[in-house]
Amino acid sequence: MKVFKYLQIKPGLTKTQEPETFECFALEKGKVYTIVGKTGSGKTQLIEDIESLANGSGLTKRTILLDNEIPSDTLRYAPHNQLVSHLSQNMHFILDMLVKDFIELHARCRGVSNCSGQVEKILYHANILCGEKIRATEKLTNLSGGQSRALMIADIAVNSSTPIILIDEIENAGINKLKAVDMLLDNKKIIIIVTHDPLLALSGDQRVVMSNGGISRIMTRSNYEIEILSLLNKSDKVLSNIRNALRQGRSLRGVSTDDLQVILE
Amino acid sequence: MKIIIFAGAPASGKTSVIYHIIEQMLNESQQICIAKLDCLSSNEHQIYEKLNIPVVVGLSKDLCPDHYLAINLLEIYDWAKDHNSDYLFIETAGLCNRCAPFLESALNLCVIDCVSSIKSPEKLGPMVSTADVIVVTKGDMISQAEREVFNYHVKSINNQAVIIEANGLNGLGCHRIRYLIVNSNDLTTLEGEKLVYSMPKAICSYCVGETRIGQQYQQGMISLIDFNEHESI
Repeated sequence: MKVFKYLQIKPGLTKTQEPETFECFALEKGKVYTIVGKTGSGKTQLIEDIESLANGSGLTKRTILLDNEIPSDTLRYAPHNQLVSHLSQNMHFILDMLVKDFIELHARCRGVSNCSGQVEKILYHANILCGEKIRATEKLTNLSGGQSRALMIADIAVNSSTPIILIDEIENAGINKLKAVDMLLDNKKIIIIVTHDPLLALSGDQRVVMSNGGISRIMTRSNYEIEILSLLNKSDKVLSNIRNALRQGRSLRGVSTDDLQVILE
Repeated sequence: MKIIIFAGAPASGKTSVIYHIIEQMLNESQQICIAKLDCLSSNEHQIYEKLNIPVVVGLSKDLCPDHYLAINLLEIYDWAKDHNSDYLFIETAGLCNRCAPFLESALNLCVIDCVSSIKSPEKLGPMVSTADVIVVTKGDMISQAEREVFNYHVKSINNQAVIIEANGLNGLGCHRIRYLIVNSNDLTTLEGEKLVYSMPKAICSYCVGETRIGQQYQQGMISLIDFNEHESI
């Protein structure tokens, strides 16, 4: 993949053919961007424009530039998508094999020579994210939704060679969301998170608001929002403690009601 | 005229992918025709008719649909020529792993659904190994890692082919296929044209309509399993 410093989006048209109102939006490496908006507001199409390096002739008429230049046709039509690694909404593996064998197979496909080191490394990262530890000798298909997601995230964090990482709806995976974003954060990569979750929406340096197929606003996170984020983070921890307690068959008597009160105030 | 042939297992997403590609080509003021080959019935023409282009459906009925395609290729070509076509899309029935319904000078594409055949694209046989372009669909159903493993696997079966990931539901990735189609060979005649892969030698009783099971009803090329050689416990 061509090395570039920043990617720019030049405005196109909304679903009703009105021009988008932003001027030119640059996405820089090492930053997190979130995309928010109702279902059907054009989030997926925006991602597709970025992924396909839209040249102004597509559905939305948006143009994508790399370092201020229109990418060449060779790059645009390169068969392999070398620009974006996807962490999509799916929560389960479908390959019927052992975790260890799968990681080794994937490493071989990527031309990594030290396959066994790779297993330890990826499991170490995955197990930071999920409640129940993943064992190397487990079957991939037997992993829970959260474990599968954790493994997918760890794999991308360790292996991904693309300049952009796209995370689609990480919220319901039963894993530590912020740790996951932290793990994927890399100063050589642009992270884009499509989300409905307030915690994740605020975890981006900038958020892009979509409506009617177009980018309606681009907002930079305020200091106030950063404070709110830490509050939300606390409340998220309480929620996840309660979730864990219920999952483990404990009653909620042990959880102090004061704590919850603080969060709710 | 450019001839573009699509093969691939049923429900792999051939029709959806073709639909999205043609939809993207409609504003180029080029004439596009499409022929759909199938066995006993087909309702794809209803989908293609929405594109407002000439569509013909060929049902092979009692014949093997790939043989039927080979037999009808010239007629399909002439039909497209009568419509002054710049592009002739042929969607094959796509059900048999024995054959590849491809032509030497056409652009030959195989659509594979990576969910159903994630472990074994090699089971699809010459359809995969002789294709110019392999379109991998339903990639959104599996993880990035599985997708990379799958693509690697496909590449090991056919390292000449261009592998393109596409989504039949929303058309993502189809612009890359369109680019290959627009830049493919122009054919001025089908004279001297050849299939890329020979079809099966099928000349037994069942080829001519026999339905009863048993040695006394079998004539012609009878090939039996060698149980001594192929049995394993």
